Amino acid sequence: MIISVASGKGGTGKTTVSTNLAVSIDREVKLFDCDVEEPNAHLFLNPEFENSTPVFTFVPKIDADRCNGCGKCAEICRFNALAVLGKKVLVFPELCHSCEGCRDICPEDAVGEDARELGVIDSGHRNGIFFVQGCMRIGEAMSPPLIRHVRSHARPGDLVIIDAPPGTSCPAINAMKGTDFVLMVTEPTPFGLHDLKLAVEAVKVLDIPCGLVVNRSDIGDRHLWDYAEQEGLPILLEIPFDRSIAEVYSRGQLLVEEIPSWRPIFARLYDAIVDTIETRRSIQ
Amino acid sequence: MKEIVIISGKGGTGKTSLTAAFAALSSNHVLCDADVDAADLHLLLAPKIKQQTDFIGGSIASIRPADCTRCGICIEHRRFSAISDDFVVNPIDCEGCGVCVTFCPEQAIDFPPQKCGEWYISDTRFGPMVHARLGIAEENSGKLVSLIRKQARDIAEDNGRELIITDGPPGIGCPVIASITGATAVLVIVEPSVSGLHDMQRVVDLARHFRIPVLICINKFDLNPDMSATITTKAEQAGLQIVGRIPFNPAFTKAMVEGITLTEYRQADPDLLTLVSTIWQTIVQSDALQKKQAESILPIINT
Repeated sequence: MIISVASGKGGTGKTTVSTNLAVSIDREVKLFDCDVEEPNAHLFLNPEFENSTPVFTFVPKIDADRCNGCGKCAEICRFNALAVLGKKVLVFPELCHSCEGCRDICPEDAVGEDARELGVIDSGHRNGIFFVQGCMRIGEAMSPPLIRHVRSHARPGDLVIIDAPPGTSCPAINAMKGTDFVLMVTEPTPFGLHDLKLAVEAVKVLDIPCGLVVNRSDIGDRHLWDYAEQEGLPILLEIPFDRSIAEVYSRGQLLVEEIPSWRPIFARLYDAIVDTIETRRSIQ
Repeated sequence: MKEIVIISGKGGTGKTSLTAAFAALSSNHVLCDADVDAADLHLLLAPKIKQQTDFIGGSIASIRPADCTRCGICIEHRRFSAISDDFVVNPIDCEGCGVCVTFCPEQAIDFPPQKCGEWYISDTRFGPMVHARLGIAEENSGKLVSLIRKQARDIAEDNGRELIITDGPPGIGCPVIASITGATAVLVIVEPSVSGLHDMQRVVDLARHFRIPVLICINKFDLNPDMSATITTKAEQAGLQIVGRIPFNPAFTKAMVEGITLTEYRQADPDLLTLVSTIWQTIVQSDALQKKQAESILPIINT
C-alpha cells in the first residue's frame, strides 16, 4: 500500500504528518521524500544514509563527423532543445525532456547519448524505516524524472509513505499518481482552502481515495469543514495550533518523540486511512 | 524598470501575505502572481478582471482507434509509459514529445494543442495585476509564468510604472526558475526552522546560479529565536542583506480571513504595521534593488 501525503498549499504540515506517521506505524514502512526540490523529511527522521547516487537523464550529443545538418532532430524536438544554425546543430541540454526523438529520427545516426544530472538519490535506515529521498540539482528545472526514481524503490507488498511536493501540477501529480490513498494536509484559512480545492480536483482526476488532516485547526475560519462535508472528504485528524508543536517542528524534532501522547494519535491515523480505503473498496 | 520576486523555497512562510502588504504600501507598480499552480494573491486583492486569455501549452497525443493498425511502432518509441499496450494514450502521463505522432506510419495519432489554463490582466485597489490559473494536473507552468511576467513588464513599460512586485512559487524547479530569471532581485521569506534554513540555502543558491541579488526577511522569527540567530549568521556570512525580522502575529491570518492585506487590517498592532512598512522601505532602498551590487562578488553559500 502506498499513501501519499500531499497538499495544494505549501507549509501546511506534509512533512510533519508523513514523518510522524511513518514512525508511529507498528510495522515495516518505507518513507519516500518526493519533494525533491526542497526535501526536508531527513531533517526530522535523521536516517543513517547508506547510499548516495547521482541520477542522470538522456540528452543528445551530436557527432559532428556524421551530422549533415539536415535539421530533422530540431524539427522533431517539441521542447526547443535543438536548433540548427547553418549546418551546425546546437544542443540546449536544460530544455531536453529525454524523449530521444532526435536519436530515433536522425538518418545519419549522428545523435549519441550525453547525460544531464537531475540530482541525487539518497537512501538509508532509521529504526526499521527504509528512507529514500531525491535531492534535485540546483538549476535543474524538471523534478518529475527524479520523483519517479525515488518511487522506483517501492516493491509489491511494501507499505510506503510518500512526502509529496506542494501544488497541483506535474511534480505533485507524479508523487500522487498510482498511490492507494492521498492524505491531504491543509489549514483552515482562505489560502489553505483555496489550494486544497485545487489539489482535491487533481486527486479526482487521478481517481484516488482521499482524506484530510487539518493542521492548526483552530486558526482561520470554519469554511473548510463545510467544504469537507459537501465533498464527502473524511477529516481523519485535527492538530490544533500550539506554540510548543511549532517549536518542536522548528528544531527538527519529531512530535511523537517530544510529546509522546501524539504517538497513539498518529497510529490511529494509519488505522483510519486503512478503514477509509476498505470502506471505499466495499462500496465499489 | 525593476522587478522584485518574492520566493521562499519552503512553502507557507508568508510570501503571499507579505507581497500583498507590500503592494498596499507601494505605488506606481505592477503586481504579478507567478505562483500559477496555487495562486492565492487574488484572495487578498480581489482583482477585477479586464482581460482573460486562454493559455495554450503543449500538445497531447491521442490515437484514433479506427485508423490504428496496432503495428506497435509508437510503443517502440514511447519513453514516458503514456501509451498502453492496447494503444490508448494516458493524457496525464503524456509529456507531449510528439515522437509517436511523427513515427506512426498510418498517421493515426492526433496531437492537438491543449488549453492548459488561463491568464488575466486585472485592476486591483493597489494597481494593475497580472495573474493566471494553471489547469488541474497541467504541465508547462514555467511557460505560463514567463508569459505573465512578460505581460507585467509590458504593462509597466506602457504605463510608466517603475516596479514589478512578483509573488513567486515555492520550490526551486521550473516555475521558480521561470519566475526569477531576469529579475532585479529576489526577496527570500524564511521561517526559523531547520526546514526553513535548509530550503532558504537551496533557493539562495538557485538565485545565485542565475546571478540574481538576494534579500532575506525572517518571518515568525520569535518562534525559534536561536534558529533566527543561526539564519542571520549564515545570511551575513554569505553577504546577504537581512531586510527585517517579523514576529509571529495572528493578524496575518485574520486579515486573510477578511480578504484584505495586513496593511488594511484595522485591528493590527501599529508596531507591526510600522515594522512591515520599514521593511518595505528597506527593500526599495536596498543595494540589491537599486542595482548597486556587483554580480561578481556573489559567492555560493551551499552547493
